[in-house]
Amino acid sequence: MNEIIQFIEQYPITIYMFVLAIFLGYELISNVPTVLHTPLMSGANAISGVVIIGAILLVRQSASDDYLTLGLGFLGIILGTVNVVGGHAVTNRMLEMFKRK
Amino acid sequence: MIAIVNLLYLISVILLILGLRNLSNPSTARKGNLRAASGMVLAIATTLFVPLESGDNNYYWIAMGIIIGSVIGLVVSNRVKMTAMPELVSLFNGLGGACAVTISFIELYGFQEVFGDPSLSQVSYGRHATTQLAMLVGAVAFTGSMIAYGKLAGKIGDWQIPFSTYINIVFLLTLVGLIGYQVLYPDESFTLPLITLGLALFYGFTFVQPIGGADMPVVISLLNAFTGIAAALAGIIYESQMMLIGGILVGSSGTILTILMCEAMNRSLFNVIIGGFGGESGGGKDRGEQVVQEANATDVAIMMRYAQNVMVVPGYGMAVAQAQKTCKELDDVLHKYNVNVKYAIHPVAGRMPGHMNVLLAEADVPYPKLFDLDDANRVMDESDVTLVVGANDVVNPAALDDPSSPIYGMPILEILKSKNVIVMKRSMNPGYAGIQNPLFFHEKTKMLFGDARSSIENLISEVRTLG
Repeated sequence: MNEIIQFIEQYPITIYMFVLAIFLGYELISNVPTVLHTPLMSGANAISGVVIIGAILLVRQSASDDYLTLGLGFLGIILGTVNVVGGHAVTNRMLEMFKRK
Repeated sequence: MIAIVNLLYLISVILLILGLRNLSNPSTARKGNLRAASGMVLAIATTLFVPLESGDNNYYWIAMGIIIGSVIGLVVSNRVKMTAMPELVSLFNGLGGACAVTISFIELYGFQEVFGDPSLSQVSYGRHATTQLAMLVGAVAFTGSMIAYGKLAGKIGDWQIPFSTYINIVFLLTLVGLIGYQVLYPDESFTLPLITLGLALFYGFTFVQPIGGADMPVVISLLNAFTGIAAALAGIIYESQMMLIGGILVGSSGTILTILMCEAMNRSLFNVIIGGFGGESGGGKDRGEQVVQEANATDVAIMMRYAQNVMVVPGYGMAVAQAQKTCKELDDVLHKYNVNVKYAIHPVAGRMPGHMNVLLAEADVPYPKLFDLDDANRVMDESDVTLVVGANDVVNPAALDDPSSPIYGMPILEILKSKNVIVMKRSMNPGYAGIQNPLFFHEKTKMLFGDARSSIENLISEVRTLG
């Protein structure tokens, strides 16, 4: 119990943002038409690649001879970039087809 | 410097939020995607210049990673066929999950040193638990997405794991217990985190493997939400608001999309996860020996040529046969004879939310011709000929009248209200979900066997010879 209180005291803003972002996500999406389900999911998928920021911070914080961290961080950056770049590119391709009408 | 960094991150977050909002409206969707992408680029660029207390920056490694990742992402996304879209989205999603796993793994590895040396300031319970959870959720999203990818690409069969429900419950409880134990009793050995990672990866496999058929769109959407949650948890570790907000937005929007899919099938999320209907092969009443009526292309062409209204019901079979453009061609030919062609789109037709809409858009079918479930059912009795192109479970009348059927209660396209039904199918095998479909034996139904695309091509040439 003490630890939970400690956690809340340590990250008050984070917890606020966590909760507010849940509602925001709900409000942003709640009226989406079926025709956009796929592009929306694909676009959201690209956004989840935001985790790449963690991988970049990890590599930047690492010592230049810590090859375990560098190697895994490097792998993380590649994976995250494929997710972000590929995700947005493929969403754009889908949406271009809708645009031609 | 730190003020500028925070300002830039704030702008990135705003771009992401505006992007997501625009993505949910057809007229602004493309702009939305570009906005979200520019927000992401800005966030990544900003991260390169955040002032850090320690570390050697290692820009060379970062640049190489970003370049290699961008090239792979661009090449793959430009080469993939539109029909292979569901598996690609699933694959990308898995990579995001894997990224969350690599960073939380390294963080946990770093914690061991701290746990082994009481003189260092200790890792808080919250931080440790969050890191463990980020690894768990990321790992489940990773292997789960890979299995979903394999299933959609036809590389992994739909075989069942015996007692999968119980296995999954045991796995989940074990994982929660393991993480709880490690957080409360941390020590310097790295064995337990490794076991946790291995179990979590395996759990992703046992979680998704039993789910199949019409449930696939739900699973993809759910795994997408998982990756978002993993990113958000990683955001707490790094105290990065950008990751936190981006991850949660994806997590909550993915969850909503999942719930919409479940509502479209009139089933609870729990039911989808626990009782994947692939397992209950057969199902429904025993109907004994039944005969189907087989049609030939000429008959069907005559019926369609002299019809007023034709309703096309596309399903996954259309995607497999790549028949969407041929379908549009048939539509154009019929249009010359003043036949009105409409398309009835079930919310879970295909293997991804909105899958059929994307394919028909690729074939240039105008948006007003697409009818969703309720609208299509409202005008179904006006349809003279209803042409089922590779759909199965979403038109199964057992959902309406057979309480013993595993899909009883799911809203379907009630195509038996129309005057004639033509079902295009490769063979008499039951659909992906393994459920027998009484529609095929109905007196109104005629079967047109063969590959959907060549069947439609035959119809087009037959209609043309009728003149």
